[in-house]
Amino acid sequence: MKALLVGEYREGKLLEPTYELVGFAQKLGCEFELFLVGTEAALPQVNAKLYLADVATVGEYNPALHKQLILDAVDKANADTVVFLHSSSGWDLAPRVALALGAAQLSEVVEIKGDGYLLPACNAKLRRTVKAATGKSVITLQAGAFMPAEQSGAPQVEKLTTSTPAQSEFLGYEQAEAGQVDLGKAEIIVSAGRGVGKPENVAMIQALAEALGGEYGASRPVVDAGWAPHDRQVGTTGQVVSPKLYVACGISGAIQHLAGMKKSEFILAINTDKDAPIGEVADVLVVADIKQFAPALTAKLAG
Amino acid sequence: MNILVCIKQVPDMESRFKVAASGTWFEESDLAWRINEYDEFAVEQAVKLKEQLGDADLTVLSIGPARVKEALKKALAMGCERAVNIVDPAAAEKDSFQIASSIAAFAKDKSFDVIFTGMQSQDRGSGQVGVLVAELLGIPVLTTAVEFEYTDGSITVRRELEGGLRAAVKASTPALVTCQLGLNTPRYPTLPNIMKAKKKELLEIPIGELLKDEARLTTLALAYPEKKGSALVLEGEIGELVDKVIGILKEKTSVL
Ligand SMILES: Cc1cc2nc3c(=O)[nH]c(=O)nc-3n(C[C@H](O)[C@H](O)[C@H](O)COP(=O)(O)OP(=O)(O)OC[C@H]3O[C@@H](n4cnc5c(N)ncnc54)[C@H](O)[C@@H]3O)c2cc1C
Repeated sequence: MKALLVGEYREGKLLEPTYELVGFAQKLGCEFELFLVGTEAALPQVNAKLYLADVATVGEYNPALHKQLILDAVDKANADTVVFLHSSSGWDLAPRVALALGAAQLSEVVEIKGDGYLLPACNAKLRRTVKAATGKSVITLQAGAFMPAEQSGAPQVEKLTTSTPAQSEFLGYEQAEAGQVDLGKAEIIVSAGRGVGKPENVAMIQALAEALGGEYGASRPVVDAGWAPHDRQVGTTGQVVSPKLYVACGISGAIQHLAGMKKSEFILAINTDKDAPIGEVADVLVVADIKQFAPALTAKLAG
Repeated sequence: MNILVCIKQVPDMESRFKVAASGTWFEESDLAWRINEYDEFAVEQAVKLKEQLGDADLTVLSIGPARVKEALKKALAMGCERAVNIVDPAAAEKDSFQIASSIAAFAKDKSFDVIFTGMQSQDRGSGQVGVLVAELLGIPVLTTAVEFEYTDGSITVRRELEGGLRAAVKASTPALVTCQLGLNTPRYPTLPNIMKAKKKELLEIPIGELLKDEARLTTLALAYPEKKGSALVLEGEIGELVDKVIGILKEKTSVL
């Protein structure tokens, strides 16, 4: 088995998760080479062959070009496996490459299992073991699932170019507005999930946060629905927090939420579903209706 | 304009799942089914685009057994003109590639200008189908859209990247867009629209007429995750639970 690892680069920087790809290949014990659309000024520190396409000519988001360059690199490397991160760029490119190679795609791999891989299913309530039925395969790795490799060494660079036409036009990046609250500094966070049921009930979570002397946070659906502002969102596309106490109220524990809060020192979860995946990271899981439990706890703390 | 939106019917994620006798998927009886969350954003965006243009034709498509008609009917009540059920009682055993190539085979000669799908399904979460359909049709695809705009044959979306960053991307139609959380707020079908939906066309096509490809992926097993967590699970009467929790917080944390 020989893997081509597709590194990530954005706005002048090599993205750290690139080293998770290397960590994965090392864990698998397979030969590997790397591919990057980037610059010589921000190369990964890895002792391996690196196919480099210049971001200034190719563009940071130009999937038709990236696809062609990756296919060229697969060819040169004689790779049978292409590995991406399961990220906004990975899930955009991987199926294109898989289709062109006639390969199976295994998305969001969390573990290596025998000669197959483990993938989450049903909001991480279940795990699927899958195997490619094709000679070549394309894999995307769940963020954080594999230990990043040590950063040492220097790649041998081979430059690639393409004249493939673009299908879409990249107009630029936009940063989300900076918020008012820095949840990263809070010692106690009480977060509202979709399980709170309706916007009015977020106040109940806010009241509990106040009674505990902390801030309130929210999961993404609560923010998307406009029940709480974006600067309260915890998770991969919100804030990463590590308070002394995190109280998850009516939150299922999807991977993107866990990624933002699992480093909390003590995690208390309140959920009507005893099997909710939040139980995997919680210290205590209270099986109860948050609409009854939160006011009762708030009252007791006050009284 | 000719618009297609592809939806999947998935179980309510709060269900208690049981592994089926096959050992490779979950038991499908006794589950509540609904439209995949991401696909509801897709339907809403398709209906909005139709409303914006005034003159547009909107087809909703779903692959699956007879029960997916419920999901299709909801999409009709939300504003789609007609529904297509690619009938496949064994849809759960198909891989993303087979699903996508069946959709592409259906769409091939119908010149859709815009196709919407969810960015992923809640049960499989592979995130492949939308991209594969577009690639098979040879049209551009813009994934993970959290904002959508259409003017004069061109689509601009805001794509969601990691850490609060977005990318603005543009493509000409025909194009496919995969929809992410936050794109819009799906409407609730009104009673009159539910009644109207009953009279709309619902076409059935057997999967065999469209699917010609072998699976590229084999599922070996489906199982519960190994319990790594050691959460203390507390159940019982609210007052007692509150007292227990306060006791634990006092003992185990420095916050109380
Ligand atoms: C690319 C991407 C990025 C994402 N980024 C983020 C992110 O940054 N942050 C984030 O949170 N999510 C993010 N998500 C979404 C994530 O996948 C989940 O959809 C989301 O975290 C689910 O939120 P939830 O737990 O509040 O809701 P649900 O998953 O709907 O869970 C609700 C929970 O409440 C419980 N419940 C229901 N009623 C009650 C009650 N009365 N009392 C107590 N419990 C009850 C249910 O049992 C269930 O467990 C992202 C998704 C994608 C695809």
